[in-house]
Amino acid sequence: MPLNRDFIGRTAPAGEPIEVTRNDIRRFATAIGDSNPAYHDREAAKALGYPDVIAPPTFLISASTGGGSGGFILDPELGLNYALVVHGEQQFAFHRPVQAGDVLETVTRIADIRDAGRNELLTLVIEVTSNGEPVATVTNTIVSRGTAAPKEA
Amino acid sequence: MPRFAEVEVGTELPAQDFQIQRANLVRYAGASGDFNIIHWNERVAKSVGLPNVIAHGMLTMATAGRVVTDWVGDPGAVVSYGVRFSRPVVVEDDDKGATLTVSGTVEDKNDDGTVVVGLTATVGGEKVLMGAKAVVRLP
Repeated sequence: MPLNRDFIGRTAPAGEPIEVTRNDIRRFATAIGDSNPAYHDREAAKALGYPDVIAPPTFLISASTGGGSGGFILDPELGLNYALVVHGEQQFAFHRPVQAGDVLETVTRIADIRDAGRNELLTLVIEVTSNGEPVATVTNTIVSRGTAAPKEA
Repeated sequence: MPRFAEVEVGTELPAQDFQIQRANLVRYAGASGDFNIIHWNERVAKSVGLPNVIAHGMLTMATAGRVVTDWVGDPGAVVSYGVRFSRPVVVEDDDKGATLTVSGTVEDKNDDGTVVVGLTATVGGEKVLMGAKAVVRLP
């Protein structure tokens, strides 16, 4: 079943704000095996000009795909079968790095749904702010395998 | 930290090999909150047509990005980072797992003091990321 194209352009309501702690950042950095002091040591981060430890560039994945966008993807009206989904593309564009103490809010929009051969590509654009200040734009494209409408012969 | 004036198109970043084992997938699942079963359950992974458990695409992306952040030192210098996922990284249940080989090259210098780094990430000679690029601000 093809995805419901009426969802193109829809914006999900913001989820609960996400508080970023030093411990969240340390745990994520450790999980990716990265000992960069800017993630682990407040003084090292300050020496680079940040108020507190900063997060690795891909840390925002969990903040940006939880909350609002998660609700979107699970909406039965969209018709997405999660078992057929693989991750296609991922992009982060930063106004500034995420840092401990941020209270992140996300606004998620379905920017596009299009065919790519027999698959469909669904692109989410997630604007991330902290206390009203822009932090990053996250673009997430997922592949819905084999769900494109059959083509006319 | 490399300086903008000293970096040229074609400058190569130090390449690195990274081991990705089952334990890394467990740790990443916990830290990221991505508990998709194909990243930890061999039986289910195989039942949906995968050769074995596969790594989170985002773990591959995060790991490849370390070649850039290790090079610049200040991870906050990364202005943007994007990839396409071209092949899954299969992680066998042994003491080696998968070896991810990542190299990077400066592809462009912009007038605003940023450089574009193109990344190549392979496992067993096959590219697992396509179009992987990071834009980095250099002093």
